[in-house]
Amino acid sequence: MISVKNVRKAFGEKKVLNGLDLEIPKGETLVIMGRSGCGKSVLLKIIAGLLSIDEGEVWVDGSEITNLKRQPLNKIRRKIGMLFQSAALFDSMSVAENIAFMLDQHTDLSQQDMRKVVDEKLNLVDLDGVQDLRPAQLSGGMRKRVGLARALAFNPEIILYDEPTTGLDPVTCTEINQLIRDLNQKLQVTSVVVTHDMHSAFSVGTLMVMLHEGKRLAFGTPDEIINEDNPILQQFILFGAPDQILNIDDPTLRKYTGRDTQ
Amino acid sequence: MSPPSSTPAPSNGLAFLIKKRIYHSLSELGDAFRLLAETIFQIFRPPLQFDLLMKQLLLIGVNSLAVVLLSGFFTGMVLGVQGYVQLKPYAVEGSVAQFVSVSVVKELGPMITAFVLSGRIGASITAELSTMKVTEQIDALEVMGTNPVKYLVVPRFLACSFMLPTLTIFSTFAGIFGGYVAVVTLFGFNGDFYILQVQKHLFVGSVLISLIKATSFGMAIAAVGCYKGISISTAGGAEGVGTATTGSAVISLITILILDFVLNHILLNILGMK
Repeated sequence: MISVKNVRKAFGEKKVLNGLDLEIPKGETLVIMGRSGCGKSVLLKIIAGLLSIDEGEVWVDGSEITNLKRQPLNKIRRKIGMLFQSAALFDSMSVAENIAFMLDQHTDLSQQDMRKVVDEKLNLVDLDGVQDLRPAQLSGGMRKRVGLARALAFNPEIILYDEPTTGLDPVTCTEINQLIRDLNQKLQVTSVVVTHDMHSAFSVGTLMVMLHEGKRLAFGTPDEIINEDNPILQQFILFGAPDQILNIDDPTLRKYTGRDTQ
Repeated sequence: MSPPSSTPAPSNGLAFLIKKRIYHSLSELGDAFRLLAETIFQIFRPPLQFDLLMKQLLLIGVNSLAVVLLSGFFTGMVLGVQGYVQLKPYAVEGSVAQFVSVSVVKELGPMITAFVLSGRIGASITAELSTMKVTEQIDALEVMGTNPVKYLVVPRFLACSFMLPTLTIFSTFAGIFGGYVAVVTLFGFNGDFYILQVQKHLFVGSVLISLIKATSFGMAIAAVGCYKGISISTAGGAEGVGTATTGSAVISLITILILDFVLNHILLNILGMK
């Protein structure tokens, strides 16, 4: 569904992605992990066509998007929904107008039909009665839900999540993780989640990739990632993941936590 | 023998900084003209979203009318007082109406309106667009397949280009009226003579000069405001928004002054308009 081949991207002197290769099969939820500044969000923006690359190829649903002009790129973007880190809701519009924005811009649907879609998408993210509120009147968790409802408005085949749980309390984080899992099951979409919240990563991911110095350090299922014998990866997981999602008796983990000395 | 120095000589360092600054400024100028070209291209590319245009026309026009009228009125009053006092020693104070009307129509009407709008509207456009940029709202527009230049820049550019000449007409009338109030009430000048003098010296060409200048100033204010707003880095944060807004107001004012000189030279000197 999404293919990233030998992608290089630098900002001035700083090399962010340094020959990255990645395959994301249809229907999977790939979690991209890595330290701050390792290029996770940059990769997400490259997949969304928001950033150009210096070298390599990016394929989305069978189309190479690297050198596409705006119009053909917009056609592909209609298959993509994106939840931004700050939700990126339009301040000057109501919740309903935010969710209906894409329908208003790209379809001839009547106001009544758009209202139906808005209600349906809000129902999907477990929100109701907020249609006429402004984004400033919503809590952080509600903003993320509305952002997700907006991302779903055009029935995307791919959903990109940029740090979906950042800045939320633990209860709301768990609710958002549950929501992402439910949506992926219900809608059978391909998802890419950027996060350094390990709880969220192991909660939603069916595949995981760890980026380090612009390259792929590890790639696999959550089980494979946990058992990967790589000190950088294991330290990253262990410093961020709560014990209950890890098998503390696992010998690889014991080696890096120092628990095997007890 | 002295040890080799790894740091460049101060003059070389300064030259490097100047070169870097010039390169940066030229690069920014290039980006600004690219945005202007894209904006003009998008204006002629259907569909034009009239609801967005109407919103901007109201915001820029109706909400600025009072401050523009007030500025124009007091500018006219100042010109009336100054003109009368300066002309009286030469016994030509009867020309004060000509002095006020020609100054207001050809120069101060469009200039004062542009100054007011560059502070009020240009800075507000930059603040709004740069906030949208740092909160990823412009990225969101892109991802949803909407061209930010078409959706955000075109309505503001058209509204400024149309409202600035419109407001200049109001400002000009307020200025001429301000001059009338000043000389009639303070110096006992004959009101009917003032109006007669204004009618005698107000030419179509002068009004045309005023409107050409005002439209150009409107385009410049919108272009600078939008460019400074949209070109901010996403990582700029609140500080970046503040810097962009201040920069926009300053660059707008300087651009208006330079443009005024260039237009005066072209319209009055080369084309010979009166």
